[in-house]
Amino acid sequence: MSIVVRVKQKQIAQLIAKGKRLDGRGLNDYRAIKIEQGVIEKAEGSARVLLGKTEVMAGVKIEIGQPFPDMPNDGVLTVNAELVPLASPTFEPGPPDENSIELARIVDRGIRESKAVDLRKLCIEAGKKVFIIFVDIYVLNHDGNLIDASALAAMAALLNTKMFNYEVEGGEVKIKPGYTPLPVHKHPVSVTFAKINDKLVVDPWLEEEQVMDARLTITTDDDGNICAVQKGGSGYFTPKQIMEAAHIAREKAAEIRKSLGW
Amino acid sequence: MNQKPTCLIKDGIRLDGRKPDELRPIKIEVGVLSNADGSAYIEQGKNKILAAVYGPKELHPKHLALPDRMVLRCRYHMAPFSVQERKSPAPSRREIELSKVVREALEPAIFMEYYPRTATDVFVEVLQADGGTRCASITAASLALADAGVPMRDLVAACSAGKVDNTIVLDLMDIEDKEGEADVPVAYMPSLGVITLLQMDGILTLEEFESAVNLAIKGCEKIYNLQREALRAKYVSAKEGEE
Repeated sequence: MSIVVRVKQKQIAQLIAKGKRLDGRGLNDYRAIKIEQGVIEKAEGSARVLLGKTEVMAGVKIEIGQPFPDMPNDGVLTVNAELVPLASPTFEPGPPDENSIELARIVDRGIRESKAVDLRKLCIEAGKKVFIIFVDIYVLNHDGNLIDASALAAMAALLNTKMFNYEVEGGEVKIKPGYTPLPVHKHPVSVTFAKINDKLVVDPWLEEEQVMDARLTITTDDDGNICAVQKGGSGYFTPKQIMEAAHIAREKAAEIRKSLGW
Repeated sequence: MNQKPTCLIKDGIRLDGRKPDELRPIKIEVGVLSNADGSAYIEQGKNKILAAVYGPKELHPKHLALPDRMVLRCRYHMAPFSVQERKSPAPSRREIELSKVVREALEPAIFMEYYPRTATDVFVEVLQADGGTRCASITAASLALADAGVPMRDLVAACSAGKVDNTIVLDLMDIEDKEGEADVPVAYMPSLGVITLLQMDGILTLEEFESAVNLAIKGCEKIYNLQREALRAKYVSAKEGEE
């Protein structure tokens, strides 16, 4: 932690102790969420999410390929994340680092475990041909809480995805005119907390992330069940803090789903 | 391909004969590698895992050094022969993520500020995997750190809990992890009462999640006692050797 950050930490922690934050939010308030869908015409589905000043785009591409040998009847869903260098002075060009891999895997886990996409319906020929759904997350401006912004962008892009109609003729897939929406049944929403001086705040922005001790992400589905959890950062949580966070996460996710009409 | 078993728990007994809240047999040994500054080996069920620590030592390249604390580096890696289908030795995305979460599970235990401008490497090699390797890796790695003489607040013990056949169970083995409903790995520092690793995949209600976390903590406490015994055993035998 640099000296500047350490000075900031004191200020941020003192405010949080009084239930306040530098940007004027309450401890459990999200920044404004704005979602725009269908922003990339050439992608089968796309969305751009603004979470405060954090900006993330997600695009969905669909290809035909082979299923995994242990899931011969299921389509394949893969999530990848790029921390594009133009998004932050701290992002470097190059192959995905541990931060972008972790980000992609947290988003992937939420979508996969909640069974948001009906992969059964993406099978063309069992064991041979299935649809492969590529979700690519593109971080465009980093102002904190990339996980929640990326998870929203990925879901918004999937909800926007149109699959081409097809028929199978002699083992060949022939594309027919028209589109059908991707079978999306659940809307997992992740809620991320930062722990600063033993207090939890929701949706940390960049300055809070720089001074936080630890991070906790809890993803819940439409029924209020937990479908993914990830602790990050070099600090710790007490069991009590974790259960407190789980309850807040369920409430916040329901609020977000309601405000987005999901 | 193996036939999937229709039920994983019959009359309250799991496939390997355990009760829901029972750990697999665990064997831990400290100081098993002569080149490393600290090392440990763990067998937990069919898991066989080696952990080694090198450092604290000078950090190269130097611009990565931190002026006020140590840099902890961690590599979790699975041997190509550790699983049924050969695993490519190149680090997978899963291994890169696990290296990160294992590091972040160990960091809170270490007095990092005692060793500014240095680095400590933790290498974990999974020789055979059978579910719950990240937890067993943390258990072994924290012993290897202690064996290397790195000052720590507490040992980190780790164990998973989850939901299998509608029952909350402790210490999932591979088939329970794959076929079960949910898996919750937890790392815990028992004398401080804090959680340093927490992940989950699967579907759990809030109540089930809470009981899984609590059960995992109980498992960590049992593993913690085994860790202390193993650490003591090394130094007792070293003392006997001197005499």
